[in-house]
Amino acid sequence: MELNFNGTDLCAVNGTRSAPEARYDLVVVGAGPSGIAAAIDGAAAGQTVLLVDENPVSGWLMGNDTPLYFGGRMTAATQNSDRMLEAIFMSMPDLEKAMEAGVELLLGTTAWGVYRNGPGVQSLPEQVVGLADRDRSWLVGFKKIVIATGARDLAIAFPGWNQPGVMGAAALNMLLTRYDAFAGRRLLILGSHDLALETALLALDKGLEVAALVEVRDAPQGSAALVEKLAAAGVAIHCGQSIKATKGGLDGVEGATLTDGTEFACDTICVAIGLVPSIELVDAMHGPRALNANRGGYIPAGEPNVITVGDCAGLADTGFDHVAYRMDWVRAALKTNAPDTIICQCEEVTLADLIGVQPPQYLDRPPAIQARSLDTLLQDGPANPDQIKRLTRSGMGVCQGRRCRDQVAMLLAIESDKPFGTIPLATHRAPVRPLPLKILAEWDEPAAMDAAWDVWFGIPTQWVPVEDIGTPQEDAHREMLYTGMYK
Amino acid sequence: MSGAEVIIVGGGVTGLSAGWWLARSGVKVTVLDKFIVGWEASGRNGGGASHYSSPLFDEEQRMWPQMDELLGYPTEHQKGRILIAMTERQWEQYRFIAERHTRLNHPVELLDVKQVQEAVPLAGDNCFGGVHYKFGGHANPQRTVQAYAWALQDLGGKIIQHSPVTGFETAGGKVTAVKTANATYGCDAVVVAAGPQIPQLMAQLGVDVPLAAARAEMIITEPAPMMPLGGVDGHKIYGRQTLRGNLAYGGGPHEWLDVDATGPAARPSTPLARNLAKRLAELLPKAAHLNVIRSWAGVIENSPDGRPIIDRLTSPDNVVVASMSSVGFGLSPASGHAIRDLVIDGKCSFADIDILKLSRFDGLEKDWREKRGWMPIA
Repeated sequence: MELNFNGTDLCAVNGTRSAPEARYDLVVVGAGPSGIAAAIDGAAAGQTVLLVDENPVSGWLMGNDTPLYFGGRMTAATQNSDRMLEAIFMSMPDLEKAMEAGVELLLGTTAWGVYRNGPGVQSLPEQVVGLADRDRSWLVGFKKIVIATGARDLAIAFPGWNQPGVMGAAALNMLLTRYDAFAGRRLLILGSHDLALETALLALDKGLEVAALVEVRDAPQGSAALVEKLAAAGVAIHCGQSIKATKGGLDGVEGATLTDGTEFACDTICVAIGLVPSIELVDAMHGPRALNANRGGYIPAGEPNVITVGDCAGLADTGFDHVAYRMDWVRAALKTNAPDTIICQCEEVTLADLIGVQPPQYLDRPPAIQARSLDTLLQDGPANPDQIKRLTRSGMGVCQGRRCRDQVAMLLAIESDKPFGTIPLATHRAPVRPLPLKILAEWDEPAAMDAAWDVWFGIPTQWVPVEDIGTPQEDAHREMLYTGMYK
Repeated sequence: MSGAEVIIVGGGVTGLSAGWWLARSGVKVTVLDKFIVGWEASGRNGGGASHYSSPLFDEEQRMWPQMDELLGYPTEHQKGRILIAMTERQWEQYRFIAERHTRLNHPVELLDVKQVQEAVPLAGDNCFGGVHYKFGGHANPQRTVQAYAWALQDLGGKIIQHSPVTGFETAGGKVTAVKTANATYGCDAVVVAAGPQIPQLMAQLGVDVPLAAARAEMIITEPAPMMPLGGVDGHKIYGRQTLRGNLAYGGGPHEWLDVDATGPAARPSTPLARNLAKRLAELLPKAAHLNVIRSWAGVIENSPDGRPIIDRLTSPDNVVVASMSSVGFGLSPASGHAIRDLVIDGKCSFADIDILKLSRFDGLEKDWREKRGWMPIA
């Protein structure tokens, strides 16, 4: 190949991508109250509107605490997707209104990525959202997207938290009010802010037993009216406490002991300490976001054609500092949790290994690595959860960090003695839900994509063995192996 | 040159390996990185270590089996690779490569479908056959970059992160100091191993280094049962099964980018994940049910002929420039050694690397990127 020549790079992505299979003026992700309202508004304004919601999610996803922290406390009915589809549709009367308004509705459909051109990418023909149901994935174009993905559960580690029966308040709410598929009977609830109080009242309303509420601070945190209502129902709030131990059996949780020694029998421990705005899609698309402690954590900073509504945009600001509250729980947990307490359940990373920045158990730990720790790493620069993830594997598992990312960030803040806000948000990446290869695959990809496909850049001189350069072997190599770039 | 100060610009795998090799020779090394070590392409690649086309190949092969012990930290290095053909054409191509290896005395074995499935149980009977490389292998890029960094520190070297290099001070035909926003580091020699930012940095020294940056993508699945051989390539994708069991794979069309002096503005992944998923599900059909849990992109630079540039300049004569031209991770144990030799001895001790000299591009036209079609999409 001459040093100077004119050519076209046939292995560049330019022009090879598929077009979306449908286009809408407005795509709304999440059919909760805010998403439905946005969809109806769009339709009323004459827009073509697609409303998608991932519920009902598969039993497999629920079993991996995705998208919410179900803790294995869903009934076997959740394995029946047709029955769950009906339950989800019937549980939200406004869905029918949306359809009557002309909104196209897809339930059981996940939005796993939003893509548009910007820094680092100019090759997309247009902005698209990636969708998937249980059979396939596809792309949909949009002029405007409303992300109404709600908020997910905050999990924190305590002894025995990694067993069935430990779950989150949003998951409990979902199972009780929409799936009608909660398998527990008697709950111990962690937290005493409005979320915990409302969760307890909902559980009572649904005929469940609430053993007690547990509050790490010295007094109940929620509104006086709710506290009173709960007291009237005979449910006590144990303040200045956290979980010291849990009892478990084949079906998971059977009881819990508080730090003061009080014991409770329960089949479910519901973590109602806080909700985290579900900004996975926004973050994975490099949308701007900012920390807002009163609104539940990192929230979208907003942009013209990507609108977030409902809890995804931030919890209602009641003046309550959610981050400070969570940090109190994690600080208390650090006093009771043994070094071998699992923090990342998927990858079985213990508290000691996280803070020790140690590799997973299947690798050797020679003396040099045993001498390394978060302290030595901090000498090189501030703590970064993505770096900790690379080294310890915490957050690398199939739940995509849902159970551990928040507490890892809090632990890093505490251990490095820095404010929570100085710890970068661990990266969210598409697909923001686990998707099987065969579902994610673009089986009918354009011929242009296949024609451009090379294992690497397709530069003909890149892989010619150095011994062969300038010999007839070089020509043979290039003739055989390069079908793309310049041959 | 013992006791001299060498500044390495860029804490990617090439700069870190060079720093480690220099520190092993008693040189005082400081690595400056704009962010965190291995944060760009060095920590985002497929982890392959079987680069038989490179003049550094023999040294790559010699070093990898020793790296865990020499570094003192795990790299997850595993030996061997298999190339699985999914089409008649690929089978023809892979057998061509196998013949070539035999001619060059690299041990390879042709596998029939049954043998492929024995070594790679996730493969199906839809393949045409495979080539087992009994050399080469793969390692964990993220763990390896940190291993280099820590090993370098253990030898007295320094890693200074969050410190982008802004310029150089020169005197008497040498670089005398490297500057960041907050500090100036005096030096006896400099290694510029800053990936896509090399052209901008070297321009400050009046040296034209032709490199073009592009974005490439990968996906990773949840863990699969461990296979006897995890280094599985073929069907025009590359990757590996991690020691945890995940399948991490990349390949396919790239997007050319402009990268300014501060480095890549972003590393967005795209719906190309779907096309990677398709090929991985075809290559390993018994893994088709496995969930993809992440996708990501990295930005890498290429020279006009796709081969590395490893060269000690004549002016300023204490500067070594090193770009691995998008194939740097696996070769890092050897590239670091070559860079160490150039810094200390002015000549590579173990291989003829004249083909990697910058001067091969002396007659290159200014608009070579445009002419090759290596330009960003307008």
